[in-house]
Amino acid sequence: MSSIAHDLAKKQKEISVSEFFEKNKQILGFDSLTRALITSVKEPVDNSLDACEDAGVLPDLIVKVEKIDNTEYRVTVEDNGPGIVKKQVPNVFARLLYGSRFHTRSQKRGQQGIGVSAVVMYGQLTTGKATKVRSKISDEDVAYECELILDTKKNRPDIIEEDFVIWDRPHGTSFSVNVKGKYVAGKQSIFEYLKGVAIVNPHAKITFIPPEGNAIVFERASEQIPPPTKEVKPHPEGVELGELLSMAKYTESLKMTSFLNTEFSRISYRVAREICDIAGVPQDQRPDKMSLEQAGAILEAVKKVKIMSPETDCLSPIGETLIRKGLKNVLGPMKADFYAPPVTREPRVYAGNPFVVEVGIVYGGQLSKEDAVQILRFANRVPLMYQQGACAITQAVEAVDWRRYGLEQRGGSGIPFGPAILLVHVASTKIPFTSESKEAIANIPEIKEEIELALKACARKLKTHLNKAEKRSKTRVKFEIVQDIIPMIAEKSAKIVGKPVPKLAGTITKIMNVVWIDEDLTFEKNRHHIQVKIYNYTPKTQSFHLHMLVPYDKIDQKTLKEKPTEIRDGNKLTWQVKRLSSTDVFDLTYDLHGVPQEEYDENEVYVSGIDPASVIGVEVLPGDWDLEHIKITEGTVKEEPEEGEEGEVDYDEGAEVMENEE
Amino acid sequence: MKNELRHQKAVEKLTDIAGTVYDQIDSGKIPKMVIPLRTKSNIRFDRKSAVWKYGKAMGARSAKKLTGAQMLLRTMYMLEFIEDMIKEEKSSTLREMYYISEGWAKAKFSAQDESNMLAEDLEIITTCMREDFKLRPEEDGARVIGNITIQETDRKGKKKKINCRDDVGDSGYGIPYNVEKEKISFLDCDADFIIAIETGGMFDRLVENKFDDDSHAILVHLKGQPARSTRRFIKRLNEEMKLPVCSFTDGDPWSFRIHASIAYGAIKTAHLSEYLATPTAEYIGITASDILNYDLPTDKLNDKDIQALNAEKTDPRFNDEFWKHEIDLMLEIGKKAEQQALAKYGLDYVTDTYLPEKLSEMGIIKK
Repeated sequence: MSSIAHDLAKKQKEISVSEFFEKNKQILGFDSLTRALITSVKEPVDNSLDACEDAGVLPDLIVKVEKIDNTEYRVTVEDNGPGIVKKQVPNVFARLLYGSRFHTRSQKRGQQGIGVSAVVMYGQLTTGKATKVRSKISDEDVAYECELILDTKKNRPDIIEEDFVIWDRPHGTSFSVNVKGKYVAGKQSIFEYLKGVAIVNPHAKITFIPPEGNAIVFERASEQIPPPTKEVKPHPEGVELGELLSMAKYTESLKMTSFLNTEFSRISYRVAREICDIAGVPQDQRPDKMSLEQAGAILEAVKKVKIMSPETDCLSPIGETLIRKGLKNVLGPMKADFYAPPVTREPRVYAGNPFVVEVGIVYGGQLSKEDAVQILRFANRVPLMYQQGACAITQAVEAVDWRRYGLEQRGGSGIPFGPAILLVHVASTKIPFTSESKEAIANIPEIKEEIELALKACARKLKTHLNKAEKRSKTRVKFEIVQDIIPMIAEKSAKIVGKPVPKLAGTITKIMNVVWIDEDLTFEKNRHHIQVKIYNYTPKTQSFHLHMLVPYDKIDQKTLKEKPTEIRDGNKLTWQVKRLSSTDVFDLTYDLHGVPQEEYDENEVYVSGIDPASVIGVEVLPGDWDLEHIKITEGTVKEEPEEGEEGEVDYDEGAEVMENEE
Repeated sequence: MKNELRHQKAVEKLTDIAGTVYDQIDSGKIPKMVIPLRTKSNIRFDRKSAVWKYGKAMGARSAKKLTGAQMLLRTMYMLEFIEDMIKEEKSSTLREMYYISEGWAKAKFSAQDESNMLAEDLEIITTCMREDFKLRPEEDGARVIGNITIQETDRKGKKKKINCRDDVGDSGYGIPYNVEKEKISFLDCDADFIIAIETGGMFDRLVENKFDDDSHAILVHLKGQPARSTRRFIKRLNEEMKLPVCSFTDGDPWSFRIHASIAYGAIKTAHLSEYLATPTAEYIGITASDILNYDLPTDKLNDKDIQALNAEKTDPRFNDEFWKHEIDLMLEIGKKAEQQALAKYGLDYVTDTYLPEKLSEMGIIKK
């Protein structure tokens, strides 16, 4: 009997790998031909980016998809990473569950060590062809090249051919696999995937050569390599039973207390002893002898003991500046009106795992006004393409009342409509995916709440922008009235009655009754041209201060006619606007030279010493300017009711349609 | 009033408008014009003339808002244009004026409705008529058939006698845009009443069936919502030849409004109601009751029809028992019918049965 059982066990083992694959096609990301092709690009790209980051290299990736026949494609991903030593190449690419990350915790793209080997296996199962890998490390003069097959019976790599070849790259890896797939354009496509990668990895240059030729290049937008992610030991609160047992089996520690202390973060010997006592497990028991019941008791005890929260400095968020750069770089052709300053939240913890949420919003321009907003989901800098509905990011988006922030939303929940793109990035040492295919983040209450908070924080910035834009457009309308229409009315009426053209000051100041400040910024031939025009459309003479945040040493002094009266910290400039008469204009223009365009992409203009209610176009000086000598004066201009005179009906508004009558 | 004098008066009044705007700017105010509101809530029944005119509610067109400022600027351009035309003894159609505004920069009209409306605004403010401004509509092609003799002064100043039954073809006598005494006078007439018909199809049916001869009627084709000249023509016939008037239209909310503009005065031109409306005009149908009584083929009311009917329920012109009943009934059955639906019972049914029945009910003809 027992020998039969052994035979069966052997057989089970033999079929296990390919069977495992067949059964898990879906969770591994190969359930449709379209998706299989995307996964075949995604896995090696993730690996390449991780490798470059580990080595501190600015990634330069070439992704090539060639059509072999109707359903067969060759995917080639080439990077300038550190390369892989010859001995490890077969294991890295052709052995399932072989990876350096499986038992460590750090914020990496790949987590399970299944990814790229699954692509190799999928390729050989569907096309019968081997995978070609070429890799060169900087110590070597030549590259190592081999053709690999994964021996599904043994879960071992099989090298069919190997050689050393000359490669003009100083170091890097090229991975080339033939797979059965289907190449499509659209929302779920290789192009969209790489676009997403480019947005959240502004330090990477990615060249995509699609089957139809014509390379598309996502240029590098930042020279800043993300700091290498720190590996951390698991926090006890996030460990599951199976994981605990397997860790106990492989540990080098000989006692429970030292096992707990060395394999986990935030467990001191004192805490370790406390845990053992509460769990009723002897402190000096060998960890590899731990029973299932004991492991359960340990996990229970962990909950009762006070343990410090996990460290959070192991996370590397993209950061507000780089999110904005990435979005602008990749979405530039959409000519969006507004990139809301992105929000990176403080790290938080769920089940012992630190995580951080980041959000960016792009609004307006050529984005469609009628469609649902586009949600770009990212986990550890990897774009999530499928299962949008099942993802905590989507659910958080749906839970926010976007009507408050200027987007349309039926009934105040669900995916909002409007010309916007929402970017949400969740970074964690352990992203809780809903399945192995890593396409949707599980709905963990702590994570969903953080995403909601981040979305709201960023949406508030959008709303502020929209409010400003609305105020501005209202003012522009009034500006058109007083600048263009009133002068023409005056001229025409004077002509008809045969009198000289009347003075307009009184009428104009009554219509506007504000100081209007119009600022403009253009960039040309490496120069920023800055213009600030102040129109005094109040009936009184006005004196106040104008402030701008500009690097003074970058101002081309030849172009600066109005010298600032004060310069603080090298960039806080103040001008005194003295006795600007009613209907007069104060014009301030100058150029900056030698400033990169994206480093100065918005004028920051403020005023002080004037009632804020009577100024339109700029904000009042924020408190942190710390200018003691300027006293803020309050309320000198009385605000007039916005619309018409008391009880007067507008003749041209609200008139019912008089259809069908002559 | 002599023509030159009328134009002179128009120039004076238009110049006054410009003068007001000029003075407002000169004294540092925000220029505005005050005009009676042309809405259904601002029409009042005038007992003396028995028609509906504008009430006392006023609206302001102020340069404080963009639309108001634009309209004021357009007004200035239009004043100048009209005064130039009068000076140069030219005239233009309303459509031509709309196209002239192409050269008015920011004062350009975006649709002809806008320029027509502004011309009407000027009529209201100056109490002149657009003819005084040398503005005229296009011929709209409304026609007349019946035994009436008209004297029309033609382009060359020759007076021509036209009998609207014997001297015209089957399409009848075309009503010109000017139907005032200097252009048209009524010489002789042998008819008992005027019947104003909405659709060309029904007009032709009555002509073919010789309804004018058999019933001693003058047939006027309204061509939908009747032009000013058509309404004025009907009113003059009514007053000068002492002929009763009745209107015969489709049975839907829009047709009710056609009758209202003939009999009570239109909201849009309520400043001219006394001059255009025929207060004694009666409505023959098609009524909602007719739809039921004659079991006529119908169409379902669409959303716009229902909206229009509901609007009529708050229209003071329809605030009497007859209209309240018919409007409610139409809403209740949810149906409308065309006048040509009477053909269900044969081509002669309208002239042999329907009209005689309805007209004798009204006492216009005797059975």
